[in-house]
Amino acid sequence: MTIAIDDAYRPPRASSSGDRLRAFLPRLVLAPSFALVLFFVYGFILWTIYLSFTRSRLMPIYEIVGFDSYYRLFAQPNWYKALENLAIFGSLYIGISILLGLTLAILIDQRIRGEGVFRPIYLYPMALSFIVTGTAWKWFLNPGLGLEKTMHAWGWQSFQFDWLINSDMAIYTIVIAGVWQTSGFVMAMFLAGLRGIDGEILKAAQIDGASSFAIYRRIVIPMLRPVFLSAVIVLTHLTIKSYDLVIALTGGGPGNATELPSTFMYSYTFTRNQMSVGAASAVIMLMTIAAVIIPYLYSELKDPGHGR
Amino acid sequence: MAADLPAGARSPIAARIVIYGLLLIFAVFYLLPFFVMLVTSFKTLDEIQDGNMLALPKNPTIAPWLAAWGTTCVGLTCQGIKGFFANSILMVVPAVIISTMLGAVNGYVLTKWRFPGHRLVFGMMLFACFIPFQSVLIPMALVLGTLGLAGTTAGLVLVHVVYGIGFSTLFFRNYYDAFPTELVRAAQIDGASFFQIFRRILLPSSGPIIVVTVIFQFTNIWNDFLFGASFASGDAAPMTVALNNLVSSSTGVKEYNVHMAAAMFAALPTLIVYVVAGQYLVRGLMAGAVKG
Repeated sequence: MTIAIDDAYRPPRASSSGDRLRAFLPRLVLAPSFALVLFFVYGFILWTIYLSFTRSRLMPIYEIVGFDSYYRLFAQPNWYKALENLAIFGSLYIGISILLGLTLAILIDQRIRGEGVFRPIYLYPMALSFIVTGTAWKWFLNPGLGLEKTMHAWGWQSFQFDWLINSDMAIYTIVIAGVWQTSGFVMAMFLAGLRGIDGEILKAAQIDGASSFAIYRRIVIPMLRPVFLSAVIVLTHLTIKSYDLVIALTGGGPGNATELPSTFMYSYTFTRNQMSVGAASAVIMLMTIAAVIIPYLYSELKDPGHGR
Repeated sequence: MAADLPAGARSPIAARIVIYGLLLIFAVFYLLPFFVMLVTSFKTLDEIQDGNMLALPKNPTIAPWLAAWGTTCVGLTCQGIKGFFANSILMVVPAVIISTMLGAVNGYVLTKWRFPGHRLVFGMMLFACFIPFQSVLIPMALVLGTLGLAGTTAGLVLVHVVYGIGFSTLFFRNYYDAFPTELVRAAQIDGASFFQIFRRILLPSSGPIIVVTVIFQFTNIWNDFLFGASFASGDAAPMTVALNNLVSSSTGVKEYNVHMAAAMFAALPTLIVYVVAGQYLVRGLMAGAVKG
């Protein structure tokens, strides 16, 4: 339509100094933010990478010693426990959140009455801090006072639920609380996806005699592929960053039963004075997230004007 | 799609009952922990020890709320959580205002005054939203120490502004991208300056995205724990850190009712925002998840 509206703005003349200033003004306005990001994000990442190749302990030492701290990191049984827990927590948390979110979205999409009541109820945990969520669930799952005691009081004497203090099961309490917190948001994502599907296609399928179940399995769910992708990305990101919830719910315990890379990094850096090992673990976390996020961002950004 | 799919009209009553039954069960699952937290905060310690956690308080008391606010011991000081609540307010208000303002002008430049490499700049700011903060934690601690901002609220404001710019820029950029560029060009031909165009043309129609950004940033920053725990221990700690210290301290009798009241104080600001303007929070969350 109009000429090159989307293209880079080029000032008509840059003869006088006033014109030149005007031409650079937008970039000048953006510069402070970009400088902050360059320094505090990219500079700091390089700084962390640098530290991971040193022997820093309580304070930084800027003498490069090679991959020493990575060897030490991968010699720690705690680190393997953290990775194992991350795999258990991540797969269950992402899987259950998506399953539950999709189920809720489909249920809500059945032209039910009271959608405006149910939806906010499923979503409100997302507004809470993970520390509050952890505190509430810690209390709820407390074997002496919480759910177990309630069940006993109701006459179910053999009921036992001590996952919170059982080192084999504690990681699953983190999954429960994590799913509770974010599955409502996954529901909102799927609901937006469902509402965006063209009704004509579904009508046609119905006329052809497809059952509701078949319509969902063959048409609706495959059409929600982009939502699945977004949900997996968001939840993976939350998984790797999970820190507050573990601290509030179990503190990483019992023992190291719920250690995650995030808690490992924090304790090695700030309480065990192994800064270079902490930095090495942070670099591994960053690379894991980058491997997921960068291709995603790249595909979202490379095609301007898509998805709008 | 539901409007076009007469599933409800066709499905028998039994199916409807199953649907509502499931929705109700899930509603209980989502409400229960909060309900327990709320009723526990109004109970006496004796009632907590003897009674049922799901029961309503027999003799409701606001003593736990008063204790949590004014007298309970967090660490070594016994003045309740009110000081930490104030810390959070002093941290969140400037951080939200500054990051939102920066995001607005960034979004304006990145959509209406594009320059070579604008996409790379935006991509780099966007990636900053997703880094695990562990990868900047050590340098940040060192820099805040050097600047003399370690353990202060001002330091936390700086941290939250820096790591909030990515999201606020994303929100405004996507919003202004849909704003007709023709209007901007026309104003330019009429001689309006860079800032005049922003103030007179874009800002007046930016209400919704300002609300989304403010709510998103407010919720995120208020709920932050990692930065607060790393850079502002002691008296400068924000609410979330104080709550965790209170709940996980192992000295003396565990006053569960006070803990739950303190958790309510930590939850209320964001919860009130959610109740009042929940759809804006959801919009922000979705924009953060599905970029355009």
